[in-house]
This record gives sequence, C-alpha cells and structure tokens, in this order.
Amino acid sequence: MNKYVERLYNGIIKENPTFVLMLGMCPTLAVTSSAINGLGMGLSTTVVLVLSNLLIAAFRKVIPNGVRVPAFIVIVASLVTIVEFMMKAYFQSLSAALGVYIPLIVVNCIILGRAESYASKNPVLPSIFDGLGMGLGFTVGLTCIGLIRELLGAGQIFGVQVLSLSWFTPITIFVMAPGAFLVLAFLVAGMNIIRKKMEEKGKPLAEPAGCLNGDCAHCGQAAICADKKEA
Amino acid sequence: MDNILHVSSSPHVRAKDSTNRIMLYVILALLPTTLFGIFNFGPKALLLIVLTIASCVATEWVFEKIIHKKSTISDLSAVVTGLLLALNLPVTLPWWEAVLGGVFAIAIVKMMFGGLGQNFMNPALGARCFLLIAFAADMTNFQTDTYTGATPLAAMRNGEVINSMDALIGRTAGTIGETSTIAILIGAIILILLGVITLAIPASYLITFVIFMLIFGGHGFDMNYIVAQLCSGGIMLGAFFMATDYVTSPITPNGRILFGICCGILTGLFRCFGANAEGVSFAIILSNLLVPMIEKITIPRAFGQVKEKKEGK
Repeated sequence: MNKYVERLYNGIIKENPTFVLMLGMCPTLAVTSSAINGLGMGLSTTVVLVLSNLLIAAFRKVIPNGVRVPAFIVIVASLVTIVEFMMKAYFQSLSAALGVYIPLIVVNCIILGRAESYASKNPVLPSIFDGLGMGLGFTVGLTCIGLIRELLGAGQIFGVQVLSLSWFTPITIFVMAPGAFLVLAFLVAGMNIIRKKMEEKGKPLAEPAGCLNGDCAHCGQAAICADKKEA
Repeated sequence: MDNILHVSSSPHVRAKDSTNRIMLYVILALLPTTLFGIFNFGPKALLLIVLTIASCVATEWVFEKIIHKKSTISDLSAVVTGLLLALNLPVTLPWWEAVLGGVFAIAIVKMMFGGLGQNFMNPALGARCFLLIAFAADMTNFQTDTYTGATPLAAMRNGEVINSMDALIGRTAGTIGETSTIAILIGAIILILLGVITLAIPASYLITFVIFMLIFGGHGFDMNYIVAQLCSGGIMLGAFFMATDYVTSPITPNGRILFGICCGILTGLFRCFGANAEGVSFAIILSNLLVPMIEKITIPRAFGQVKEKKEGK
C-alpha cells in the first residue's frame, strides 16, 4: 500500500481517534448534538491538524527537545486562532453553535498526540497525510454520532425533518448529554465487533505489535503503541 | 458451649429462599398497588402494565439468546422490573414509550452490566429516569378522564393545600402505582412479614425525609403538610420497593441506614429546591451510585478486631 494512502487508512479506520484511540472525547461528547455540528467541529479540527502537522514536521529539526511541547502549543494555538476568526467571518451560525469548543481545539489531545508521536519524527508530506487521515477519522466519528443523535433526538438529518413529527415523538435525551454517552458507547461497541470479526477472519484491522491484548480501545497504552510502531 | 455452634456434615437443611421465590413475594406484595392502579385508572393501566412486563421479559430472553447465555427469565426478576417500571409510569404514556422503557431497563441498565446481581442501579428506576428525560412532556402528563388536576406534589408546590385523606387512599392524579399509600403499605407489610425486606432502609429514608421537610419544607410543624408530602408522589413506592432492591442497596447493616439517609436528604433536596415537584427516582438512583462507597466505609468490625492505630510521625 502506498505510504500516503496507508496514513489515511490508518487515521480513518485502523486508529480512528474517536472509536479506537478514544482521543478528543470532550468535543466528541459535547458538540455532536447534530450532524452539522459534528461535521463542522471535525473539519475545523482537520484543518488545524493538517497545518500543525505540516509546520511541526517542517520545524522538527530546529525545535529543541526540551521545550517542544510549549513550541507545539504555540503553533497549534496560532492556527486555532486563525480558524476561529475565519469561522466567525464566514460561518456565523456554526461558530455560534460550537462556541467555546473551537478555541478549545488548542488542547485537543489528538493534535498534540499526532505532533508528539508522528509529525515531530517524520518528513513533511507523510505528516500532512497523517494529519489528514486522523482529522477525517475524527470528522467521520463526530458526524456519525451527530447523525444518530440528531435523528433520534429531533427526527432530523442535517436540519431536514425526515421523521414526521405527526407520528414520531423525538427522544430528546439523545440531544442531551446522556445521549452522547449512549451513542458513543454503542458505536464503539459496534466497532469492536467489526474488529473482532475481522480478526477471526484473519484480516485484523490493526496488528497487535507488542500490545497487551490487541484491544487498543481499552488499553491505556494505545498512544505509546502508536508511537512505537512509527518509530 | 457445645450448643452455640453446631456444625454437622452434609446434607444440610436448606432454606426455601431462592431468587425465584423472593421475586414471587415481591410480585405478591405489589399486587394491591397494581390492582388499585388498574381500578383507579381503568383498563389502559392494565394494558400498559402487561406491555411493559412483556417488553422486559422479551428483552431479557432476546439479549441472552444473542450472547449465547442460559435464559434467566424464569427467575421472574424481569417481571418485577417490568411491573415496577409500569407502576412508575403515568397512564397516559403512549404504549411504545413504555415498551422502549422496558427495553432500556433490561438491555442497558441490567444485562449490559452482567445481568441480575451485577447492575449498579435499579433497572426500573433507571428506565423511568431515561423516559423522564427523553419524553418529559409525556411522562408528566397526568391528565386522565378521572383526574384533570395537577399531581398533589405539583399542587403543593403551587402553595395549594391538598387533602391528605385523598392522597392516603389514592384518589389523586399520579403514576399508576404511586397514588395509593394504603395499598403500598399493605404490600410493604407483606414484604416485611415474609422477611424479604428489613425496615432499615425504608425507616431511615422516611425519617430523614420527614426531618428534612420539617427543617426546609417552609411549613414548620404543619403535620398536614408532612403527611401530604409522605403520601403523595413516589416516595412510599420508592422507599419500600425500589430502595430496598437487594442488588443496588448496601449489604452492611450500617450502610443500609446511611443509604436511607442519603435517599431521604436527596429526595428532600429535589422536592424543596429542585426544578421538578418530584425527585424520588433521581434520589434513589443517585444513592445507588454511592453504594460501593457506603459499603466501603461501613464494613462491620469483626468480633475482637482491634482498630489499627495510625502510625505517628
């Protein structure tokens, strides 16, 4: 498999940040009350992730190891500020809906995690694709959660009423906080079932390389594992 | 000395108690309440009760089929869950919402955590709270042909004085099973006489609640108000049938009293200062979550055990 395609596949399926690595849970649970919010959040994170991976990979040889985390944070914070202003200028309503979670992308652990485990050790181009894959994986995860929550909680998909209110009573718990936990849990469980099936077929989604039990979703070392594999 | 401890070899005489039998007792104790609910709210109440029980039992059967486990529906615990859930629903609730509640109670609150004995909160109450958040309007719609007014608790919240006698007998608006205090007390006495529950949890729950309402209720020592608070809403059903659930209440003797006190304070807090007029179900499931901690601090000291001294520095 092409190295760049492999990075995309890794981010979207193998190490999907939402369903496999369980990173960035705070925005995942908080903003996915509708599909459009999830998509918006995912795409803005993707933009920041691609650009931060690019810059950090480009500067990886001049950033001193001792102060690398502050340096990463400065880069990420600048990019997030740009994205925030852009959204305020061109996507008013989305920006209002996402609120404080846009500035909070700075502390999203996916971004710092990729910077630390991939971009700071790899050339620019693979890093860009790594960021793109991870970002798209995050976007897919958030949009899936948002779709289900919006459909069950309001009977809508992307704001269009698909389940008529004449017979459908919205299960409002799904657009509230408990619904986020429920939907996320079911999707992760579904993902685990798929992975188990694939492993039984002999086509594992992710090779357990020195893993504890091959189950990264329940493994506190998932980030370290990813780190080792790339190194 | 010989008579104090007498250990013989097997076969031992075994008590007749089993999960199945205890659940049967609980169903028996719930019968007065159920029958009064059906009498009070008509055949639609019966339909709702049957549907909820069926949904609980069917969910348990299907779930265990899917995960290839031995079916446990014959232990009747799903029936009890369904019955308790139905008694906690208003009779006007659309039938499919009640069925969804049954599925939630069994599949998510009970089976996903490992089935009977492993669930960390009462399945019936978990499902009631789920429905309360999911369908707030339907779950608080107590308008029936017989009763058009607000529930006694909501009326009291608006400063009205309600007739304690009506609340005691159960001729008020409310969920199917909570209205008649007398019917619930008959069931409670059956449970206590059969030895299924002890008084520790209900007594500490109700006493704490009364003390709380005396202090913070805003009506001082108005006995009519206190009795009305005790007899309306789900507190009686909660104290005797929900809080005493074996699985989700502490096993230590002191822990049970502490658990009851937690329930009482939380119920009082929710009723006095909360956004809704009623808070029994939330109070009990919140206390359910505290149970592991309560058990940890109330482990009884074994006879002769000396408290370990803290090492001084």
